[in-house]
Amino acid sequence: MTFFMNSEIMIGAKLLEVIYIIIGLITIYTGVKNGRDEENPSRMGTAIFWCSLGIVIAFGRWIPPMFNGVLIITMTIPSIMQKVKIGKQNPPTQEESKAAFDKIGMKIFIPALAIGICAIIFAVFTTMGALVGVGAGILVSTILLMMFSSNNTPQVFLKDSERLLSSVGPLSMLPMLLASLGAVFAAAGVGQVIASIVGNIIPQGNVNVGIIVYALGMMLFTMIMGNAFAAITVMTVGIGAPFVLAYGADPVVIGMLALTSGYCGTLCTPMAANFNIVPVAMLDMKDRMGVIKNQVIPALILITFQITYMIMFK
Amino acid sequence: MELIKLLGILIVIIGFALKKDSILIILCAAIVTALVGGLGITGLLNTLGTSFVANRAMAIFILIMFVTGTLERNGLKDAAASLIEKIKGASPGKVIGAYGIMRGIFGAFNVSFGGVAGFVRPIIMPMAAGSIEAKGEKVNEDHLDEIKGMASGMENIAWFFCQVLFVGGAGGLLVQSTLASLGYHVELIDLVKVEIPVAIVAVSVAIVYYYLKDKKLCKKYYSKDRKEEETA
Repeated sequence: MTFFMNSEIMIGAKLLEVIYIIIGLITIYTGVKNGRDEENPSRMGTAIFWCSLGIVIAFGRWIPPMFNGVLIITMTIPSIMQKVKIGKQNPPTQEESKAAFDKIGMKIFIPALAIGICAIIFAVFTTMGALVGVGAGILVSTILLMMFSSNNTPQVFLKDSERLLSSVGPLSMLPMLLASLGAVFAAAGVGQVIASIVGNIIPQGNVNVGIIVYALGMMLFTMIMGNAFAAITVMTVGIGAPFVLAYGADPVVIGMLALTSGYCGTLCTPMAANFNIVPVAMLDMKDRMGVIKNQVIPALILITFQITYMIMFK
Repeated sequence: MELIKLLGILIVIIGFALKKDSILIILCAAIVTALVGGLGITGLLNTLGTSFVANRAMAIFILIMFVTGTLERNGLKDAAASLIEKIKGASPGKVIGAYGIMRGIFGAFNVSFGGVAGFVRPIIMPMAAGSIEAKGEKVNEDHLDEIKGMASGMENIAWFFCQVLFVGGAGGLLVQSTLASLGYHVELIDLVKVEIPVAIVAVSVAIVYYYLKDKKLCKKYYSKDRKEEETA
């Protein structure tokens, strides 16, 4: 409680902490519901995963880092052993959503867009930050949905969020885990080692060459790994920071465009199976590379555009 | 012997390339890097715990899911379908282009209609095929395959490059935290601003490319389009 009572801490930080507690509770609910669900083939593993994730998200601030670390390792175990499963679900039927559309109509776009609009408003006009804005948007959206239809009870929202979270499964912790891996790399001094190797190949101090290597490296690494999120942690520590940012280039332009340069790689690789191979099966296409072939030319145009953009606005 | 510190990176590259379990790869890479980098197990647990808690912002998507499922239940996809069905005088290229614009705009607000499985297959494909049949032609199979490829391409390009316009999206959050661990502080809204030109160019390039490609294919496969060309 001292955290919330402390008048020196900004209201934005306090509200953000409230948001984390809500997120954590939704996650813990997912764990408890599946733990009690007799249709779930792996109740124990599923419950351990979601409950420990929920505890770290909701209460991590007050738990010693060491113990958080132990909880994180704990949640990876059922996930690696494939023991996090989906239980009984109640997805909306076509009739149900059609009937709701007939009743609500195009107004449904208002709660859908409210989240993004609130995020922008909070980011631009307040000091509380975009994420508190997302939270406010969710509140607005929930209230509107409840006004639109009396079927939308709190139970419905909670069960629907559990359904989506369960379908994403353990991969929902991936972004946080990747960011932590980046921190481990940084703490172990991995960046300096790569920098000293690459420094022998590309001339130190030429920022433009650095940008080209960084952007093409992002594209290439993403093609190999099939995942731009994994590529950016490695590439930024090894090349982006020592060869581009260290010479005063704008981290906003360079860092962000590096990620979307990576997306150009995602468009060109069968390793990104979710986007490029699964649709082939879903649409029953004859050519296994049919999606990728239609993406190569736009990807090449976009990487060229982005490198030029980075060089001009660094 | 400094090179041994790169072992973790090697594990990440090879692990992802071999399609091993993502969480297993990251955990192995973190453990190996911590051991060879002199952090030890205590250092690893401390760094992992501190950094994971510092990056809880990335879990914001769980909060967004609180309404996503219920929006779907209340007819969001049906509304999107009736919106796109409003375009008249369509050709496959135009249907794909219109979808790209819609997908991009809503993507910037983190609103999704179900991707290839939920929207392209049940709504976009029948509309594209229908636009050919409306001209009294039978849909050519090779052309249909290309339409499928282009529609999936439009789906991917519009989603990748427009979802980064959502303030609080996973991409921006990861860039912010990666830069923070290197000592650079950036704001989410600024990261979004620099992506606006990229998103516009990405969607435009895809629309023009698929429109021209489809026009060429229509001429190749259907007699009426050929005749129009001759009289023109």
